[in-house]
Amino acid sequence: MADSADSPALRRTPLHDLHVALGARIVAFAGYEMPLQYRPGIIAEHLHTRSKAGLFDVSHMGQIRLHGGAAAALERLVPGDLQALAPGQMRYTLLLSEQGGILDDLMATRTGDGLLLVVNAARKEADLAHLEAHLDRAITIEPRFERALLALQGPAAAAVLARFAAGVERLPFMTGAEVSVCGISCFVTRSGYTGEDGFELSVAGDDAVALADILLNEAEVAPIGLGARDSLRLEAGLCLYGHDIDETTTPVEAALPWTIGKRRRAEGGFPGAAIIVQQLADGPGRRRVGLRPDGRAPAREGTAILDAAGAPLGRVTSGGFGPSVGAPVAMGYVAAAHTAPGTPLSLVVRDVPRPARVAALPFVPARYYRA
Amino acid sequence: MSVTRYTNDHEWVRQDADVAVIGITDYAQQQLGDVVYVELPDIGRQLEQGKEAAIVESAKAASELYAPVSGEVVAVNETILGNPALVNEDAMGEGWFIKLRLADPKQLDALMDETSYQAFVAEQG
Repeated sequence: MADSADSPALRRTPLHDLHVALGARIVAFAGYEMPLQYRPGIIAEHLHTRSKAGLFDVSHMGQIRLHGGAAAALERLVPGDLQALAPGQMRYTLLLSEQGGILDDLMATRTGDGLLLVVNAARKEADLAHLEAHLDRAITIEPRFERALLALQGPAAAAVLARFAAGVERLPFMTGAEVSVCGISCFVTRSGYTGEDGFELSVAGDDAVALADILLNEAEVAPIGLGARDSLRLEAGLCLYGHDIDETTTPVEAALPWTIGKRRRAEGGFPGAAIIVQQLADGPGRRRVGLRPDGRAPAREGTAILDAAGAPLGRVTSGGFGPSVGAPVAMGYVAAAHTAPGTPLSLVVRDVPRPARVAALPFVPARYYRA
Repeated sequence: MSVTRYTNDHEWVRQDADVAVIGITDYAQQQLGDVVYVELPDIGRQLEQGKEAAIVESAKAASELYAPVSGEVVAVNETILGNPALVNEDAMGEGWFIKLRLADPKQLDALMDETSYQAFVAEQG
Protein backbone atom coordinates (compact mmCIF):
# COMPACT_ATOMS: atom_id res chain seq x y z
CA MET A 1 0.00 0.00 0.00
CA ALA A 2 2.99 2.33 0.16
CA ASP A 3 2.67 4.02 -3.20
CA SER A 4 5.58 5.94 -4.70
CA ALA A 5 6.89 8.50 -2.25
CA ASP A 6 8.55 10.72 -4.84
CA SER A 7 5.47 11.89 -6.74
CA PRO A 8 5.69 15.68 -7.09
CA ALA A 9 2.63 17.30 -5.56
CA LEU A 10 1.32 15.27 -2.66
CA ARG A 11 -1.93 16.56 -1.24
CA ARG A 12 -2.71 16.92 2.44
CA THR A 13 -5.94 16.34 4.31
CA PRO A 14 -7.35 19.00 6.66
CA LEU A 15 -5.95 16.93 9.57
CA HIS A 16 -2.35 16.92 8.34
CA ASP A 17 -0.96 19.28 10.98
CA LEU A 18 -2.76 17.33 13.69
CA HIS A 19 -1.14 14.08 12.49
CA VAL A 20 2.28 15.69 12.67
CA ALA A 21 1.57 17.10 16.12
CA LEU A 22 0.49 13.63 17.27
CA GLY A 23 3.85 12.18 16.20
CA ALA A 24 2.67 10.40 13.05
CA ARG A 25 5.08 8.81 10.62
CA ILE A 26 3.87 10.24 7.31
CA VAL A 27 3.93 8.26 4.04
CA ALA A 28 2.73 8.89 0.51
CA PHE A 29 -0.49 7.02 -0.22
CA ALA A 30 -2.77 7.51 -3.23
CA GLY A 31 -1.36 10.99 -3.86
CA TYR A 32 -1.69 12.13 -0.24
CA GLU A 33 0.61 12.54 2.71
CA MET A 34 -1.02 10.20 5.20
CA PRO A 35 -0.19 8.88 8.69
CA LEU A 36 1.18 5.32 8.50
CA GLN A 37 1.33 5.04 12.27
CA TYR A 38 1.63 7.12 15.42
CA ARG A 39 4.07 6.52 18.30
CA PRO A 40 2.40 3.37 19.72
CA GLY A 41 2.90 1.55 16.38
CA ILE A 42 0.77 -0.58 14.09
CA ILE A 43 0.16 -3.53 16.43
CA ALA A 44 -0.75 -1.41 19.46
CA GLU A 45 -3.03 0.76 17.31
CA HIS A 46 -4.69 -2.32 15.82
CA LEU A 47 -5.34 -3.87 19.23
CA HIS A 48 -6.55 -0.55 20.63
CA THR A 49 -9.18 -0.35 17.88
CA ARG A 50 -10.39 -3.90 18.64
CA SER A 51 -10.60 -3.24 22.39
CA LYS A 52 -11.63 0.45 22.66
CA ALA A 53 -11.98 2.95 19.81
CA GLY A 54 -9.74 4.27 17.07
CA LEU A 55 -10.03 7.48 15.07
CA PHE A 56 -8.92 7.28 11.43
CA ASP A 57 -8.46 10.11 8.95
CA VAL A 58 -9.83 8.81 5.65
CA SER A 59 -10.31 12.24 4.09
CA HIS A 60 -8.27 11.10 1.07
CA MET A 61 -11.26 9.04 -0.02
CA GLY A 62 -13.56 10.61 -2.57
CA GLN A 63 -17.04 11.82 -1.65
CA ILE A 64 -19.44 12.37 -4.53
CA ARG A 65 -23.07 13.42 -4.34
CA LEU A 66 -25.55 12.47 -7.06
CA HIS A 67 -28.76 14.50 -7.38
CA GLY A 68 -31.90 13.44 -9.24
CA GLY A 69 -33.16 9.90 -9.86
CA ALA A 70 -29.74 8.66 -8.84
CA ALA A 71 -30.48 5.11 -7.67
CA ALA A 72 -31.97 3.98 -10.98
CA ALA A 73 -29.31 5.84 -12.96
CA LEU A 74 -26.33 4.41 -11.05
CA GLU A 75 -27.74 0.88 -11.35
CA ARG A 76 -26.62 0.97 -15.01
CA LEU A 77 -23.00 0.98 -13.73
CA VAL A 78 -23.17 -1.28 -10.63
CA PRO A 79 -24.75 -4.69 -9.79
CA GLY A 80 -26.30 -3.62 -6.46
CA ASP A 81 -30.03 -3.19 -5.92
CA LEU A 82 -29.94 0.54 -5.18
CA GLN A 83 -33.62 1.16 -5.86
CA ALA A 84 -34.46 -1.06 -2.89
CA LEU A 85 -32.63 1.33 -0.55
CA ALA A 86 -34.89 3.39 1.67
CA PRO A 87 -33.68 6.94 2.40
CA GLY A 88 -30.78 6.68 4.86
CA GLN A 89 -29.88 3.10 3.91
CA MET A 90 -26.48 2.36 2.44
CA ARG A 91 -24.95 -0.44 0.42
CA TYR A 92 -21.50 -1.66 -0.58
CA THR A 93 -21.36 -1.88 -4.35
CA LEU A 94 -18.98 -2.05 -7.32
CA LEU A 95 -18.40 -0.01 -10.47
CA LEU A 96 -18.02 -2.63 -13.22
CA SER A 97 -16.42 -2.73 -16.65
CA GLU A 98 -18.16 -4.22 -19.69
CA GLN A 99 -16.13 -7.40 -19.03
CA GLY A 100 -17.45 -7.59 -15.47
CA GLY A 101 -14.14 -6.42 -13.97
CA ILE A 102 -14.18 -4.19 -10.90
CA LEU A 103 -13.35 -0.52 -11.64
CA ASP A 104 -13.79 0.47 -7.99
CA ASP A 105 -15.64 -0.52 -4.84
CA LEU A 106 -17.72 2.08 -3.05
CA MET A 107 -20.35 2.84 -0.45
CA ALA A 108 -23.63 4.36 -1.64
CA THR A 109 -26.12 5.92 0.79
CA ARG A 110 -29.58 6.98 -0.35
CA THR A 111 -30.68 10.50 0.58
CA GLY A 112 -34.12 11.34 -0.78
CA ASP A 113 -33.77 11.04 -4.53
CA GLY A 114 -29.98 11.36 -4.38
CA LEU A 115 -27.03 9.20 -3.40
CA LEU A 116 -23.89 9.91 -1.39
CA LEU A 117 -20.93 7.91 -2.64
CA VAL A 118 -17.61 7.21 -0.94
CA VAL A 119 -14.99 5.92 -3.38
CA ASN A 120 -11.31 5.00 -3.17
CA ALA A 121 -8.73 7.79 -3.06
CA ALA A 122 -6.65 6.43 -5.93
CA ARG A 123 -9.77 6.02 -8.09
CA LYS A 124 -11.76 9.17 -7.36
CA GLU A 125 -10.79 11.16 -10.46
CA ALA A 126 -11.30 8.10 -12.69
CA ASP A 127 -14.65 7.35 -11.02
CA LEU A 128 -15.81 10.93 -11.50
CA ALA A 129 -14.92 10.79 -15.21
CA HIS A 130 -16.67 7.42 -15.51
CA LEU A 131 -19.85 8.78 -13.89
CA GLU A 132 -19.77 11.90 -16.07
CA ALA A 133 -19.37 9.78 -19.19
CA HIS A 134 -22.06 7.22 -18.41
CA LEU A 135 -24.73 8.65 -16.13
CA ASP A 136 -27.93 10.08 -17.58
CA ARG A 137 -27.63 13.85 -18.19
CA ALA A 138 -30.56 14.40 -15.81
CA ILE A 139 -28.34 13.40 -12.88
CA THR A 140 -26.24 16.17 -11.34
CA ILE A 141 -22.81 14.94 -10.23
CA GLU A 142 -21.32 16.93 -7.37
CA PRO A 143 -17.76 16.00 -6.37
CA ARG A 144 -17.14 16.87 -2.72
CA PHE A 145 -13.44 16.09 -2.58
CA GLU A 146 -12.82 19.03 -0.25
CA ARG A 147 -14.84 17.40 2.52
CA ALA A 148 -13.13 15.45 5.30
CA LEU A 149 -14.02 11.92 6.37
CA LEU A 150 -13.23 10.54 9.82
CA ALA A 151 -13.85 6.96 10.94
CA LEU A 152 -14.46 6.14 14.60
CA GLN A 153 -14.19 2.37 14.98
CA GLY A 154 -14.23 -0.10 17.83
CA PRO A 155 -16.45 -1.46 20.61
CA ALA A 156 -16.44 1.90 22.46
CA ALA A 157 -17.23 3.96 19.34
CA ALA A 158 -21.00 4.16 19.92
CA ALA A 159 -20.71 5.14 23.59
CA VAL A 160 -18.13 7.81 22.74
CA LEU A 161 -20.07 9.36 19.87
CA ALA A 162 -23.34 9.29 21.83
CA ARG A 163 -21.79 11.67 24.39
CA PHE A 164 -21.85 14.36 21.69
CA ALA A 165 -24.82 13.21 19.62
CA ALA A 166 -27.45 11.52 21.76
CA GLY A 167 -29.31 8.77 19.92
CA VAL A 168 -26.54 8.06 17.40
CA GLU A 169 -25.87 4.80 19.24
CA ARG A 170 -29.20 3.48 17.90
CA LEU A 171 -28.39 4.24 14.25
CA PRO A 172 -28.75 0.85 12.50
CA PHE A 173 -25.77 -0.79 10.78
CA MET A 174 -25.39 0.38 7.16
CA THR A 175 -27.54 3.48 7.53
CA GLY A 176 -26.67 7.15 7.65
CA ALA A 177 -28.14 10.38 8.97
CA GLU A 178 -27.41 14.09 9.34
CA VAL A 179 -26.15 14.46 12.90
CA SER A 180 -24.89 17.43 14.89
CA VAL A 181 -21.82 16.43 16.90
CA CYS A 182 -21.22 19.19 19.49
CA GLY A 183 -22.74 21.66 17.04
CA ILE A 184 -20.65 20.42 14.09
CA SER A 185 -22.83 19.36 11.17
CA CYS A 186 -21.88 15.81 10.06
CA PHE A 187 -23.29 13.10 7.85
CA VAL A 188 -22.77 10.01 9.97
CA THR A 189 -23.02 6.41 8.76
CA ARG A 190 -22.86 3.23 10.86
CA SER A 191 -20.17 1.57 8.79
CA GLY A 192 -16.44 1.07 8.55
CA TYR A 193 -13.50 -0.97 7.35
CA THR A 194 -12.32 -2.79 10.46
CA GLY A 195 -14.91 -5.49 11.21
CA GLU A 196 -15.83 -3.58 14.38
CA ASP A 197 -18.87 -1.50 15.23
CA GLY A 198 -18.30 2.11 14.32
CA PHE A 199 -19.08 5.20 12.31
CA GLU A 200 -17.81 7.25 9.42
CA LEU A 201 -18.33 10.99 9.77
CA SER A 202 -18.38 13.22 6.70
CA VAL A 203 -17.70 16.81 7.68
CA ALA A 204 -16.73 20.12 6.05
CA GLY A 205 -12.95 20.37 5.75
CA ASP A 206 -12.92 23.46 7.97
CA ASP A 207 -14.64 21.56 10.80
CA ALA A 208 -12.45 18.45 10.65
CA VAL A 209 -9.84 19.47 13.23
CA ALA A 210 -12.47 20.55 15.76
CA LEU A 211 -14.32 17.24 15.34
CA ALA A 212 -11.11 15.19 15.63
CA ASP A 213 -10.10 17.12 18.77
CA ILE A 214 -13.46 16.44 20.41
CA LEU A 215 -13.21 12.72 19.75
CA LEU A 216 -9.50 12.34 20.57
CA ASN A 217 -10.11 14.04 23.91
CA GLU A 218 -12.15 11.02 25.03
CA ALA A 219 -10.25 8.48 27.13
CA GLU A 220 -11.11 5.48 24.92
CA VAL A 221 -10.08 7.10 21.64
CA ALA A 222 -6.61 6.96 20.05
CA PRO A 223 -5.51 8.07 16.58
CA ILE A 224 -4.91 5.14 14.23
CA GLY A 225 -2.81 5.15 11.06
CA LEU A 226 -3.07 3.45 7.70
CA GLY A 227 -0.87 0.54 8.82
CA ALA A 228 -3.41 -0.65 11.38
CA ARG A 229 -6.28 0.22 9.04
CA ASP A 230 -4.78 -2.32 6.63
CA SER A 231 -4.24 -5.09 9.19
CA LEU A 232 -7.75 -4.53 10.64
CA ARG A 233 -9.46 -4.79 7.27
CA LEU A 234 -7.35 -7.83 6.32
CA GLU A 235 -8.38 -9.70 9.48
CA ALA A 236 -11.99 -8.67 8.71
CA GLY A 237 -11.65 -10.25 5.25
CA LEU A 238 -12.41 -6.95 3.48
CA CYS A 239 -10.98 -6.23 0.03
CA LEU A 240 -8.45 -3.50 -0.75
CA TYR A 241 -8.95 -2.06 -4.22
CA GLY A 242 -5.95 -2.43 -6.52
CA HIS A 243 -4.79 -5.46 -4.52
CA ASP A 244 -7.59 -7.96 -3.78
CA ILE A 245 -9.89 -6.64 -6.48
CA ASP A 246 -9.27 -4.75 -9.71
CA GLU A 247 -10.34 -4.61 -13.33
CA THR A 248 -9.15 -8.21 -13.89
CA THR A 249 -11.36 -9.69 -11.14
CA THR A 250 -15.13 -10.11 -11.28
CA PRO A 251 -17.40 -9.87 -8.23
CA VAL A 252 -17.95 -13.64 -8.39
CA GLU A 253 -14.24 -14.43 -8.49
CA ALA A 254 -13.73 -11.93 -5.65
CA ALA A 255 -16.18 -13.88 -3.45
CA LEU A 256 -18.54 -10.90 -3.47
CA PRO A 257 -21.63 -12.53 -5.07
CA TRP A 258 -23.78 -11.00 -2.31
CA THR A 259 -23.18 -7.58 -3.89
CA ILE A 260 -25.27 -8.68 -6.89
CA GLY A 261 -28.90 -8.05 -5.98
CA LYS A 262 -31.49 -10.76 -6.60
CA ARG A 263 -33.53 -8.47 -8.85
CA ARG A 264 -30.38 -7.44 -10.71
CA ARG A 265 -29.44 -11.08 -11.40
CA ALA A 266 -32.87 -11.64 -12.93
CA GLU A 267 -33.03 -8.38 -14.87
CA GLY A 268 -29.37 -7.80 -15.78
CA GLY A 269 -28.80 -4.27 -17.06
CA PHE A 270 -25.37 -3.74 -15.44
CA PRO A 271 -21.96 -3.91 -17.14
CA GLY A 272 -20.66 -7.44 -17.68
CA ALA A 273 -24.02 -8.92 -16.62
CA ALA A 274 -23.87 -11.83 -19.09
CA ILE A 275 -20.39 -12.90 -17.86
CA ILE A 276 -21.29 -12.44 -14.20
CA VAL A 277 -24.62 -14.27 -14.37
CA GLN A 278 -22.85 -17.13 -16.16
CA GLN A 279 -20.20 -17.28 -13.41
CA LEU A 280 -22.91 -17.28 -10.75
CA ALA A 281 -24.52 -20.28 -12.45
CA ASP A 282 -21.37 -22.28 -13.27
CA GLY A 283 -19.05 -21.13 -10.50
CA PRO A 284 -15.92 -19.08 -11.25
CA GLY A 285 -12.66 -20.66 -12.40
CA ARG A 286 -10.85 -19.10 -9.46
CA ARG A 287 -11.96 -17.48 -6.25
CA ARG A 288 -10.63 -15.22 -3.49
CA VAL A 289 -10.03 -17.15 -0.26
CA GLY A 290 -8.46 -16.65 3.14
CA LEU A 291 -5.05 -18.24 3.74
CA ARG A 292 -3.37 -19.19 7.01
CA PRO A 293 0.34 -20.06 6.91
CA ASP A 294 1.17 -22.92 9.32
CA GLY A 295 4.36 -21.17 10.44
CA ARG A 296 5.05 -17.62 11.53
CA ALA A 297 6.45 -16.21 8.27
CA PRO A 298 4.07 -13.65 6.74
CA ALA A 299 3.12 -14.26 3.09
CA ARG A 300 2.87 -10.88 1.43
CA GLU A 301 1.19 -9.62 -1.73
CA GLY A 302 2.52 -11.39 -4.83
CA THR A 303 3.49 -14.63 -3.02
CA ALA A 304 2.93 -17.66 -5.29
CA ILE A 305 0.37 -20.24 -4.09
CA LEU A 306 1.05 -23.91 -4.97
CA ASP A 307 -1.12 -26.99 -4.51
CA ALA A 308 0.03 -29.98 -2.43
CA ALA A 309 1.80 -31.38 -5.52
CA GLY A 310 3.62 -28.12 -6.26
CA ALA A 311 1.49 -26.91 -9.19
CA PRO A 312 0.71 -23.16 -9.29
CA LEU A 313 -2.77 -22.19 -8.06
CA GLY A 314 -2.61 -18.39 -7.89
CA ARG A 315 -1.13 -15.54 -5.90
CA VAL A 316 -1.53 -13.78 -2.57
CA THR A 317 -3.20 -10.38 -3.02
CA SER A 318 -2.92 -9.14 0.60
CA GLY A 319 -0.95 -10.60 3.44
CA GLY A 320 0.80 -9.79 6.65
CA PHE A 321 0.71 -10.31 10.38
CA GLY A 322 -2.73 -10.33 12.01
CA PRO A 323 -2.28 -8.81 15.47
CA SER A 324 -5.62 -10.06 16.83
CA VAL A 325 -5.12 -13.51 15.29
CA GLY A 326 -1.56 -13.50 16.63
CA ALA A 327 -0.28 -15.10 13.43
CA PRO A 328 0.18 -14.32 9.75
CA VAL A 329 -2.96 -14.06 7.61
CA ALA A 330 -3.44 -13.53 3.88
CA MET A 331 -5.96 -13.51 1.06
CA GLY A 332 -5.44 -14.61 -2.50
CA TYR A 333 -6.95 -16.23 -5.54
CA VAL A 334 -6.86 -20.01 -6.04
CA ALA A 335 -8.28 -22.34 -8.67
CA ALA A 336 -11.87 -23.35 -7.89
CA ALA A 337 -11.06 -26.93 -6.83
CA HIS A 338 -8.91 -25.65 -3.95
CA THR A 339 -11.20 -23.14 -2.26
CA ALA A 340 -12.63 -25.28 0.59
CA PRO A 341 -11.48 -24.17 4.06
CA GLY A 342 -8.82 -26.54 5.36
CA THR A 343 -7.40 -27.34 1.91
CA PRO A 344 -3.62 -27.72 2.30
CA LEU A 345 -1.41 -25.75 -0.05
CA SER A 346 1.90 -23.97 0.09
CA LEU A 347 3.05 -20.36 -0.12
CA VAL A 348 6.44 -19.62 -1.68
CA VAL A 349 8.16 -17.12 0.61
CA ARG A 350 11.79 -16.27 -0.32
CA ASP A 351 11.88 -19.22 -2.75
CA VAL A 352 10.86 -21.75 -0.09
CA PRO A 353 7.39 -23.39 -0.31
CA ARG A 354 5.85 -23.22 3.16
CA PRO A 355 2.75 -25.12 4.29
CA ALA A 356 -0.52 -23.22 4.66
CA ARG A 357 -4.26 -23.85 4.58
CA VAL A 358 -7.29 -22.23 3.04
CA ALA A 359 -9.18 -20.48 5.85
CA ALA A 360 -12.72 -19.16 6.20
CA LEU A 361 -13.11 -15.38 6.07
CA PRO A 362 -13.21 -13.27 8.15
CA PHE A 363 -10.22 -14.26 10.31
CA VAL A 364 -11.82 -12.54 13.30
CA PRO A 365 -15.61 -12.48 13.85
CA ALA A 366 -17.31 -9.30 12.67
CA ARG A 367 -18.85 -7.26 15.52
CA TYR A 368 -21.16 -4.96 13.59
CA TYR A 369 -24.03 -3.33 15.48
CA ARG A 370 -27.26 -5.29 15.52
CA ALA A 371 -30.19 -3.55 17.18
CA MET B 1 35.03 -4.11 27.92
CA SER B 2 34.02 -5.02 24.40
CA VAL B 3 33.57 -2.33 21.77
CA THR B 4 30.46 -2.09 19.61
CA ARG B 5 30.83 -1.33 15.90
CA TYR B 6 28.15 -0.34 13.38
CA THR B 7 27.38 -0.65 9.65
CA ASN B 8 25.63 1.66 7.15
CA ASP B 9 22.83 -0.93 7.08
CA HIS B 10 22.18 -0.31 10.78
CA GLU B 11 23.58 -3.54 12.15
CA TRP B 12 25.73 -3.64 15.28
CA VAL B 13 28.52 -6.08 16.09
CA ARG B 14 30.17 -6.55 19.48
CA GLN B 15 33.38 -8.53 19.82
CA ASP B 16 34.06 -10.89 22.71
CA ALA B 17 37.43 -12.65 22.10
CA ASP B 18 37.04 -14.45 18.75
CA VAL B 19 33.22 -14.35 18.84
CA ALA B 20 31.09 -11.48 17.52
CA VAL B 21 27.48 -10.85 18.55
CA ILE B 22 25.32 -9.26 15.84
CA GLY B 23 22.01 -7.45 15.92
CA ILE B 24 20.11 -4.49 14.47
CA THR B 25 20.44 -1.03 15.98
CA ASP B 26 17.86 0.81 18.02
CA TYR B 27 17.48 3.22 15.09
CA ALA B 28 16.79 0.25 12.77
CA GLN B 29 14.09 -1.21 15.03
CA GLN B 30 12.44 2.22 15.30
CA GLN B 31 12.40 2.57 11.52
CA LEU B 32 11.05 -0.95 11.02
CA GLY B 33 8.31 -0.65 13.61
CA ASP B 34 6.79 -3.75 15.21
CA VAL B 35 8.93 -6.79 14.42
CA VAL B 36 6.62 -9.76 13.83
CA TYR B 37 8.97 -12.42 12.46
CA VAL B 38 12.65 -13.26 12.20
CA GLU B 39 14.44 -15.96 10.26
CA LEU B 40 17.92 -16.94 11.49
CA PRO B 41 20.72 -18.92 9.80
CA ASP B 42 21.60 -22.52 10.70
CA ILE B 43 24.38 -23.06 13.23
CA GLY B 44 27.61 -23.87 11.38
CA ARG B 45 26.77 -21.78 8.32
CA GLN B 46 29.61 -19.64 6.98
CA LEU B 47 28.48 -16.03 6.63
CA GLU B 48 30.23 -13.66 4.29
CA GLN B 49 30.57 -9.98 5.10
CA GLY B 50 27.87 -7.90 3.39
CA LYS B 51 25.75 -10.93 2.42
CA GLU B 52 22.28 -11.76 3.72
CA ALA B 53 22.45 -13.40 7.14
CA ALA B 54 18.90 -13.17 8.53
CA ILE B 55 15.42 -11.87 7.74
CA VAL B 56 13.50 -9.43 9.89
CA GLU B 57 9.88 -8.68 9.12
CA SER B 58 7.89 -5.81 10.54
CA ALA B 59 4.14 -5.32 10.39
CA LYS B 60 4.68 -3.59 7.03
CA ALA B 61 7.58 -5.26 5.22
CA ALA B 62 10.40 -7.80 5.12
CA SER B 63 14.04 -6.71 5.24
CA GLU B 64 17.44 -8.41 5.38
CA LEU B 65 20.10 -8.36 8.03
CA TYR B 66 23.51 -8.42 6.31
CA ALA B 67 26.53 -9.97 8.00
CA PRO B 68 28.66 -7.03 9.22
CA VAL B 69 31.70 -9.37 9.27
CA SER B 70 32.51 -12.85 7.95
CA GLY B 71 32.51 -15.94 10.13
CA GLU B 72 30.86 -19.20 11.18
CA VAL B 73 27.51 -19.10 13.00
CA VAL B 74 28.04 -20.53 16.49
CA ALA B 75 24.72 -19.50 18.07
CA VAL B 76 21.41 -17.85 17.19
CA ASN B 77 18.94 -16.12 19.51
CA GLU B 78 16.05 -18.58 19.60
CA THR B 79 14.15 -16.34 22.00
CA ILE B 80 13.40 -13.82 19.22
CA LEU B 81 11.94 -16.58 17.02
CA GLY B 82 9.11 -17.00 19.55
CA ASN B 83 9.08 -13.39 20.77
CA PRO B 84 10.08 -11.11 17.86
CA ALA B 85 8.91 -8.05 19.82
CA LEU B 86 12.07 -8.41 21.93
CA VAL B 87 13.94 -6.92 18.96
CA ASN B 88 11.93 -3.71 19.47
CA GLU B 89 12.23 -3.76 23.23
CA ASP B 90 15.99 -4.34 23.46
CA ALA B 91 17.59 -4.21 20.03
CA MET B 92 21.09 -3.61 21.37
CA GLY B 93 20.93 -6.30 24.07
CA GLU B 94 18.48 -9.19 24.57
CA GLY B 95 17.24 -8.76 21.00
CA TRP B 96 20.55 -9.91 19.42
CA PHE B 97 20.40 -12.17 16.35
CA ILE B 98 23.57 -14.18 15.72
CA LYS B 99 26.91 -15.10 17.28
CA LEU B 100 29.76 -15.72 14.83
CA ARG B 101 33.28 -17.04 15.18
CA LEU B 102 35.20 -14.26 13.43
CA ALA B 103 37.03 -15.22 10.26
CA ASP B 104 39.04 -12.00 10.25
CA PRO B 105 38.82 -9.77 13.34
CA LYS B 106 40.43 -6.93 11.37
CA GLN B 107 37.14 -6.50 9.46
CA LEU B 108 35.80 -4.85 12.61
CA ASP B 109 38.28 -2.01 12.38
CA ALA B 110 36.73 -0.70 9.16
CA LEU B 111 33.24 -0.39 10.72
CA MET B 112 31.90 2.75 12.40
CA ASP B 113 32.35 3.36 16.10
CA GLU B 114 29.55 4.72 18.28
CA THR B 115 30.34 8.39 17.58
CA SER B 116 30.56 7.91 13.82
CA TYR B 117 27.36 5.90 13.77
CA GLN B 118 25.42 8.49 15.75
CA ALA B 119 26.60 11.13 13.26
CA PHE B 120 25.56 8.83 10.40
CA VAL B 121 22.08 8.38 11.90
CA ALA B 122 21.74 12.13 12.43
CA GLU B 123 22.39 12.63 8.71
CA GLN B 124 19.54 10.24 7.85
CA GLY B 125 17.19 12.88 9.24
